[in-house]
Amino acid sequence: MAAPLIEIRNLSKSYRRGGQSIPVLQGIDLDIERREFLALMGPSGSGKSTLMNLIAGIDHADAGTIRIDGTEITALDDAALAHWRAAHVGFVFQFYNLIPVLSALENVELPLHLTGLTRRERRAHAEAVLRLVGLADRADHRPGQLSGGQQQRVAIARAIVTDPAVIVADEPTGDLDRVSAAEILDLMDGLVRDYGKTVVMVTHDPRAAERARRVRHLDKGVMDDRP
Amino acid sequence: MIVLKILLRNALRHPLRSSLTVVAVAVAILSFGLLRTVIDAWYAGVAASSAARLVTRSAISLIMPLPLSYAPRIRQVAGVSRVSWGTWFGGIYQDEKNFFPSFAVDPEGYLDLYPEMVLTDAELVEFRRERTACVVGRKTAARFGWKIGQTITLRGTIFPGDWPMTIRGIFRGRDKTADESPLLFHWDYLNEGVKRIWPGSADAVGWYLVGVKDPDRAAEVSAAIDGMFKNSLAETLTETEKAFNLGFISMTEAIITMIRLVSFAVIAIIMVVAANTMAMTARERMSEYATFKALGFDGFRIGTLVWGESLTLTAAGGALGMALTFPAARYFESQLGQFFPVFQISTTTLLLDVAAIVVVGVAASIVPTWRAARVNVVEGFRHLG
Repeated sequence: MAAPLIEIRNLSKSYRRGGQSIPVLQGIDLDIERREFLALMGPSGSGKSTLMNLIAGIDHADAGTIRIDGTEITALDDAALAHWRAAHVGFVFQFYNLIPVLSALENVELPLHLTGLTRRERRAHAEAVLRLVGLADRADHRPGQLSGGQQQRVAIARAIVTDPAVIVADEPTGDLDRVSAAEILDLMDGLVRDYGKTVVMVTHDPRAAERARRVRHLDKGVMDDRP
Repeated sequence: MIVLKILLRNALRHPLRSSLTVVAVAVAILSFGLLRTVIDAWYAGVAASSAARLVTRSAISLIMPLPLSYAPRIRQVAGVSRVSWGTWFGGIYQDEKNFFPSFAVDPEGYLDLYPEMVLTDAELVEFRRERTACVVGRKTAARFGWKIGQTITLRGTIFPGDWPMTIRGIFRGRDKTADESPLLFHWDYLNEGVKRIWPGSADAVGWYLVGVKDPDRAAEVSAAIDGMFKNSLAETLTETEKAFNLGFISMTEAIITMIRLVSFAVIAIIMVVAANTMAMTARERMSEYATFKALGFDGFRIGTLVWGESLTLTAAGGALGMALTFPAARYFESQLGQFFPVFQISTTTLLLDVAAIVVVGVAASIVPTWRAARVNVVEGFRHLG
């Protein structure tokens, strides 16, 4: 049996507030397989977003390890982590986080500026991915000229344009109407099914969680035993 | 390239805020440039000074005259090439507001010592030949519409009475630093009048202008001249023309210092304004910087978005301010030409403008750049919504 893509062992994280240490994650153990669509659920403050941030390499753990595709990212310094993120992680955010002064195509192209691709290659990749999310005809539109659902599709295109192994999505449907949310979830499902991506999604929405292949619950920083 | 594209578009993201910042920087650079030009104008006489000219005046005070009989004695000092003299006349034309520098000078030698006042040979001959002739700089001639051959009457403010004289030449400056406002007439003509009104004050000059053969020996020649008249009734003080002019300026040093301070205060104020703009801008965009960081962009590229935008705005405002300085200086010159005969924007002022623009652009963005470059991704996302 192949090793899991993501192996998390005894992961702990706490924040300091007013001189006090507040535990957010305590002794988390979790394996996430390749081509898995995992939903992390839990009430506010349960630590699900913190766990996703740690998996994405944008936050540092206090203790424990995270190994992704053979790389122990908890041992990397900031610069190495930035390089690793650029190559291995795609981000989808609740509020899309597109750069407003760039067109949809330029937003999608943005992560490719950190690669060695030529301008022509970057453009070809970005156009192909934009076609994939069904927004080829909106390539020159700025985020402000797109609907919420369209912006999220651009964000997904940006997340996959570098062909990362892992896509982390923080409440990707949280700001969308039901129809747009369903379209986004279809798209993410397709990324797993058709393109072999591994998706880790944080959500409050049970409907969104239903689309995942596996759901894990967090409560007060501890992984629930529910399957 | 993408960073440049984003920072340029960011600079235009809030048109009103960006326009106000650009205009504020433009006004500051314009003010700075004009104030620096005023200082330069103050020092124009110093800048135009020749190292080959000495000024010998009374050791007591500039207003105390020296005997005309000193001229042949100074001429005999080793190292002296030529001696001439002049007296401040202080005349006005028709009305007190029509003031300009006017000197009674030795017509034979004075203009030889001032090659920066350019006259034609014919004008020079005519001036020297006629006792009541005068020559005037083209700026003053233009101011009053004077023509060669015209007889004008100056009213003396020091030497009372009307002093009619005929314009025999209009000189131009050899270069931009030359003063084109003075009027020069025969010292003999003045002396004859003085003999009539104050006989006891006749045959005296305001200062001697001394040409030296070797400017490197100016100190030695000065000491020899002053030594010759030591313990006389009219001791002398000889110094280079530059030191002589600086002596004048030192009387107004406090004003110049104040202007200089104000010019730097203007830059300091605009730096604070620009820093405030950039601080607001960076704070608004913290989630974008966090997004860049999450995507793998390093702190340098993210910081460049901030200081690059700051430099773009200040450079736009600075360029506008520098461009406006030229017509503003021309207007100043036309309005205040009688006080600042040489009002030219110097290369140094333009370089200081550029330096001020860069300093403002960079300094205003230091803190926002630092914050953006070091943004914590998780913290940065909390700025959203």
